[in-house]
Amino acid sequence: MDLLTLLQVLDSTMRLATPLLLACLAGLFSERAGIFDIGLEGKMLAAAFLSAAIAYTSGSAWLGLLAGIGASLVLSGIHGLASITFRGNQLISGVAVNFLAAGLTVVVAQSWFGQGGRTPQLQGAARFDPITLPFADAIRDVPVIGPIYYELISGHTALVYIALLMVPLSWWVLYATRFGLRLRAVGENPAAVDTAGVSVIGLRYAAVAICGVLCGIAGAYLATALQAGFVKDMSAGRGYIALAALIFAKWRPWYALYACLLFGFLQALALRPDVIEGALGFKVNVQLLDVLPYILTVIILAGFVGKAIPPRAGGEPYVKER
Amino acid sequence: MTQAPAIELKGISKAFGPVQANKDISIRVMPGTIHGIIGENGAGKSTLMSILYGFYKADKGEIFIAGKKVQIPDSQAAIAAGIGMVFQHFKLVENFTVLENVVLGAEDSGLLRPSLARARRELKALADEYGLNVEPDALIEDIGVGMQQRVEILKALYRKADILILDEPTGVLTPAEADQLFRILERLKAEGKTIVLITHKLREIMDTTDTVSVMRRGEMTATVKTSETDPAHLAELMVGRKVLLRVEKAPAKVGATILEVKDLNVTDNKGVHRLKGINFHVKAGEILGIAGVAGNGQSELLEVLGGYEKGTGSITVNGQAIDLTGAHSDGQSRRARGIAHVPEDRQREGLIMDYTAWENTAFGYHHDAKYQRGIFMDNAAIKADTVEKMERFDVRPPDPKLAAKNFSGGNQQKIVLAREIERNPDLLLIGQPTRGVDIGAIEFIHQQIVALRDQGKAILLVSVELEEILSLSDRIAVMFDGKMMGERLPSETDEKELGLMMAGMTKGEAA
Repeated sequence: MDLLTLLQVLDSTMRLATPLLLACLAGLFSERAGIFDIGLEGKMLAAAFLSAAIAYTSGSAWLGLLAGIGASLVLSGIHGLASITFRGNQLISGVAVNFLAAGLTVVVAQSWFGQGGRTPQLQGAARFDPITLPFADAIRDVPVIGPIYYELISGHTALVYIALLMVPLSWWVLYATRFGLRLRAVGENPAAVDTAGVSVIGLRYAAVAICGVLCGIAGAYLATALQAGFVKDMSAGRGYIALAALIFAKWRPWYALYACLLFGFLQALALRPDVIEGALGFKVNVQLLDVLPYILTVIILAGFVGKAIPPRAGGEPYVKER
Repeated sequence: MTQAPAIELKGISKAFGPVQANKDISIRVMPGTIHGIIGENGAGKSTLMSILYGFYKADKGEIFIAGKKVQIPDSQAAIAAGIGMVFQHFKLVENFTVLENVVLGAEDSGLLRPSLARARRELKALADEYGLNVEPDALIEDIGVGMQQRVEILKALYRKADILILDEPTGVLTPAEADQLFRILERLKAEGKTIVLITHKLREIMDTTDTVSVMRRGEMTATVKTSETDPAHLAELMVGRKVLLRVEKAPAKVGATILEVKDLNVTDNKGVHRLKGINFHVKAGEILGIAGVAGNGQSELLEVLGGYEKGTGSITVNGQAIDLTGAHSDGQSRRARGIAHVPEDRQREGLIMDYTAWENTAFGYHHDAKYQRGIFMDNAAIKADTVEKMERFDVRPPDPKLAAKNFSGGNQQKIVLAREIERNPDLLLIGQPTRGVDIGAIEFIHQQIVALRDQGKAILLVSVELEEILSLSDRIAVMFDGKMMGERLPSETDEKELGLMMAGMTKGEAA
């Protein structure tokens, strides 16, 4: 495998890891605050649909992004209402969000655009275009560094860079701010937060809202950057893979980046069976490659990869009075 | 007295559904004093203090702090009013450091670093002032309960609390840790802090408080100066009738040896050597009390005798050896050999908390012929049996269909006791018989144990309560670090000598 092929695979790793990373960080904020969120998938899907629809109608990818975030926030609000205010079962609420999104997106898309539950192809400013970073063209021909900068680092859409920036930002928020300390505490022992005079409900809603925003960006990225438009079930289980990555990452931002890059790499490989054949010397069934990320997910969820301790109060509504 | 009370509550009422936890309670606590609140489990002490701390909201009533009327809708308001509370179950984040726990909710600004730096300085000052030593960078899960409790006190002081409420603070402490705690409280009092101590232990009240309020069934029955009362009077106020604090028993009529343990060794599944060559015997008609600080092998001793821990050595019951490993080393085989067991942790080992009283009554004995009807369980027979047992053991409420978790600690213990005693065993193993049990029920349980002894049964009693060991036992053995430190007769020893043995010292060494 030559450098260029490797860079191409890594480049597509970046693109495929982005939605996983955003969803994974979304889940991280929510779960660190003690709200399990199996509805990442549904939120991404809803965001993907509404961002594509609004981007197509308005011709602006950025307006589409805002609409996607809005759609995701609405679903977050439902999940918050069910699991924080009404102290319902968080798994069931999350599943409901997923069903709601899966059904509603297709129905609304059909009645809106009449194209069999999809949005029309996005073109021009309705899509996020790759950004060529400064000097990319100038140093393109410098050996090694040139191709790495030009192929791998430059030439992604704005959302990819935003996703990457979210990693240090999340780390900083969680570990260097008052909000982060309280957020982590509320996922471990909400009674400690309550008796310290801080609102458990407020913190949890804030976490769920952050989760909504990040899922919204992830969904918008799918429909307006990675692809050009919404198609049915386009989130394709990424929300669940993000949850697996979250466990793999032990609920930490930097580990989340590595986990999502690994999953992204596997997905990228599945797109390039020729590269694998070249590297291994024999032909590998494409379906087998496609299924690799999911197999890895199963292995991780079965607990084969070290011991991951979830936030202790995760999944349990906070009840003060007996 | 011209000074305004530090705390004054007027007509506080609080109901949880149909249960009236607090009924029209009024109380005055003077500044710079230690005020005890005593009552049985479920008397409403913790509820009252949780209302004062804004954790629960009162249905009715007024709160005055230092003479001023205040509203305390949440803990934030309580903290602002200068109230700090150390809950029975600590409200700490286990995987945070001591420092982070102290700072949580009382940060100076949006960024953590300056808050943590200030807290570190202040913690050191507070530690020097009150003897509250903690390791600021240790994780809560890595430190002992004594230090965790000091962290809770520091949390309150860091928030400038003038009033400190402690809910059953000694429940989880060793005697030495408890003494240390009371020294700290004396120092806080000397600095002018007001302390409210909630407890059900009469001795703590007598030793440390200036005034004491007694609660019974949600009502405040009396407030008296501690110097003007005595334990028997307080116990009567708590229970509503005269209580025997000392067990009355006739001299033991000792028979043949029932249990003989020789060179018993147990190594647990982590490879820790828990029992190191234990030897003792228990005869018919006597109670052998085993004293010791929790975690010195008493639990393992009960487990191996009860058949759910493996060991090596020899145990004979009525002269016949019992298996310590293999297929015939389980609870079922032990019961078949006439050993009944009231485990230390009744909620984990003695009962299934979600199951009803009648189901729990049959556990372990569900193969008995009287409970069978063909291939089915004879549920009607079990229920009838349970009703009858509940009556004789005064289990309240006497409802066999109620889940075990809905009974109070004392009544849960009576259910276990009834099940085990009623099988007429030769040997009764009983661990921590009165842990978390009310005074009234303690009296009853002690009477039952003595009655069983007088029927000529052998009883092995394990308890961390020295008073209980001293008053019930006919002989006392002390365990330390998996070994027997020696045996004493209750008439020839005292708490001091036993305390030294529990710490691994013999009388000669201590002198």
